[in-house]
Amino acid sequence: MKDVAAPVVKAARQENSLSVLWRVLRANPLSFLGFLMVAVLGITALVVVVAPGLIIPYGPLQQTMARNAPPSLQHPFGTDNLGRDIYSNVMLALPLDLGIGFAIAGSALIIGGALGLLAGFYNTPGTVGGAVSISIMRVTDIFLSFPSLILALALTRVLGLGVGPTVLAITITWWPFYVRLVRGEVLAVKHLPYVNAARAAGVTENRILLRHVLRNVLEPTIVYFTLDIGTVLVTYSTIGFIGVASKYPGPQPEWGAMLAFYQQTGSANVYPWLVIAPGAAIFITVLAFSLLGDGLRDILDPRTRRAFVRGTITHDPPPETPAPLPVASGAVTDSNPVAPVTVIDTGVRT
Amino acid sequence: MGRSLSDLFVFIAKRLVQLIPVLLGVIVLTFIVTHLRLTGLCNEWYPHAGAQTLANCNAKYGAPLLNQFWDYFSGLLQGNWGASVTGVQVYPAIAADLPATIELVLASLFLMIVIGIPLGVIAAQYSGRLGDHLVRIFYLSGWATPTYLGAVIAAVFVGPALGLPTGGEYSTTIPPFTQYTHMSVLDAMIALNLPYTVDAIEHLILPATVLAFINMGIATRMTRASMLEVLPLDYVQSARMKGLAEFWVMYKHALRNALITTTTVLGITAGGLLAGTVVIEEVFDWPGIGQYAFTAIGGNSSTPNFDGAVAVVIIFAIAVVVANLAADILYGLLDPRVDWR
Repeated sequence: MKDVAAPVVKAARQENSLSVLWRVLRANPLSFLGFLMVAVLGITALVVVVAPGLIIPYGPLQQTMARNAPPSLQHPFGTDNLGRDIYSNVMLALPLDLGIGFAIAGSALIIGGALGLLAGFYNTPGTVGGAVSISIMRVTDIFLSFPSLILALALTRVLGLGVGPTVLAITITWWPFYVRLVRGEVLAVKHLPYVNAARAAGVTENRILLRHVLRNVLEPTIVYFTLDIGTVLVTYSTIGFIGVASKYPGPQPEWGAMLAFYQQTGSANVYPWLVIAPGAAIFITVLAFSLLGDGLRDILDPRTRRAFVRGTITHDPPPETPAPLPVASGAVTDSNPVAPVTVIDTGVRT
Repeated sequence: MGRSLSDLFVFIAKRLVQLIPVLLGVIVLTFIVTHLRLTGLCNEWYPHAGAQTLANCNAKYGAPLLNQFWDYFSGLLQGNWGASVTGVQVYPAIAADLPATIELVLASLFLMIVIGIPLGVIAAQYSGRLGDHLVRIFYLSGWATPTYLGAVIAAVFVGPALGLPTGGEYSTTIPPFTQYTHMSVLDAMIALNLPYTVDAIEHLILPATVLAFINMGIATRMTRASMLEVLPLDYVQSARMKGLAEFWVMYKHALRNALITTTTVLGITAGGLLAGTVVIEEVFDWPGIGQYAFTAIGGNSSTPNFDGAVAVVIIFAIAVVVANLAADILYGLLDPRVDWR
């Protein structure tokens, strides 16, 4: 049947997401900076994959005559004790680290998002859906008790060493964050008038979930996902540093393993560029995603949105007829005087 | 509204009871995810081990999962956390290491509170302006710094530059003395020895600062968000109108309400702090449970210690659950709207 609730949805969302993104970026210079940095990193990674010869002068293991050379025009980030070019190794690691960030956060988004939608939408007590919903949330809560890094580390002990097992291990610890996020968002929107309107108009439940609820949950989830890529990178490279994920030196370098190698071989204090280059690479990459995501989150978070609106963001309803803001998970309201502690989402991973 | 002493007792007891299924779940889940795929791994773990060790290992991890769990769980109930392949018991090692980690975590929590919260107030005060942006860059830098990077930079560059020690709990010149608590500063204070205490504090500064810097963003962010929520309220305006200095309006009236959220969030950061100790203790040679975890799990370790790894995961999860519980109770104490019954 034709979707009769569409005009309601349309009225609530006067702008499409792209122009909202543009307004948000314009209103927040730091987010804009992050956006530019992410774009540059993405393009560079693409070049490394498609045409490495353009920007990578040496192979990862290629030994040159310059040993322990400080940064120069020929070796922008210097060389190590065997004359391996640090710049080439750092650049070669970029697509791997970015790809891993997207892969892990992406699979966590899909798995956790789907479970979160189910747990949030079909949560009527006493039905099959309600039972499933409760089981999903119990397992999620227990998973959330673990510092992800520690659980992922222990899992790599079981799954084996290398990039693939490490990615799998982190994904296993990562999806619960998305269940919590998406479920909270679904609970916030599922009783809004436009959903009831759609139901009254005879739209089926599944269609309401996919067309009306999912669309409104998507925006905050994507923002969270952006911020998350940086966090995933930190976790992955920490595991690399601990020496489980990848071996350095090797054909496929990775920043964490690289830094660990030069720190443990003890040459870092004499030849600081050996640790500064990979360290700066990971720092800048994570900072780029954090700057981009953090500004976006400020504006999408109802707890801080009001303070941020001040004329720059106008897609909120006009102040004389305030629409009910979705109840932030963890917020204290009249109907929810004591928010359970566990649902306050700090967005920070461990 | 029940806020009497007996209500408080019920409030806390209720939460302790709720803890039991979570702890059980933590143990079961850790066991399942770590033991699902173990057959054949013994050769991979112990490539240089003798035939007897391998046979022992295979006998232990080759049994049906349910039997393995029962063995493990009943051992756990009797306080037996297993042993490494070289026969070193897990429990005594962890029990000796835990206080040093608690000391490190408490020290960085202290730093997060005295630095992170005022920064959040400043950011809220100058919301959307330069001060806000500077604070944001500061805490996002901490956030974007992987723990190992911060630790290595502090140990290799910052420590030598400031003349601060970068390894261990005490200088090697200090002779061993009786340690009652295994917390370096506290033990030196119990020994009533000022030079020892100063030495211990100097050793604590760098690891605690790195840990605090990396996790500070949470405290700052939450303080800023809840300050922004509180500042437009009438009572803040009236404090201002009665002529109170802006400093007292901010730190006495507004912050007092804003802190309720921040306190609970600090409890949740316990997980981040604990995970951070794994790398920090290894880099700074801090003899805590983080370093134990690093050696038990780390890929470069010559003596892999699977029982130790599993135990560490369980203990870290329990620590997080307990910290969340403490935060939950603290929230109930601080927010007068919470009904204790």
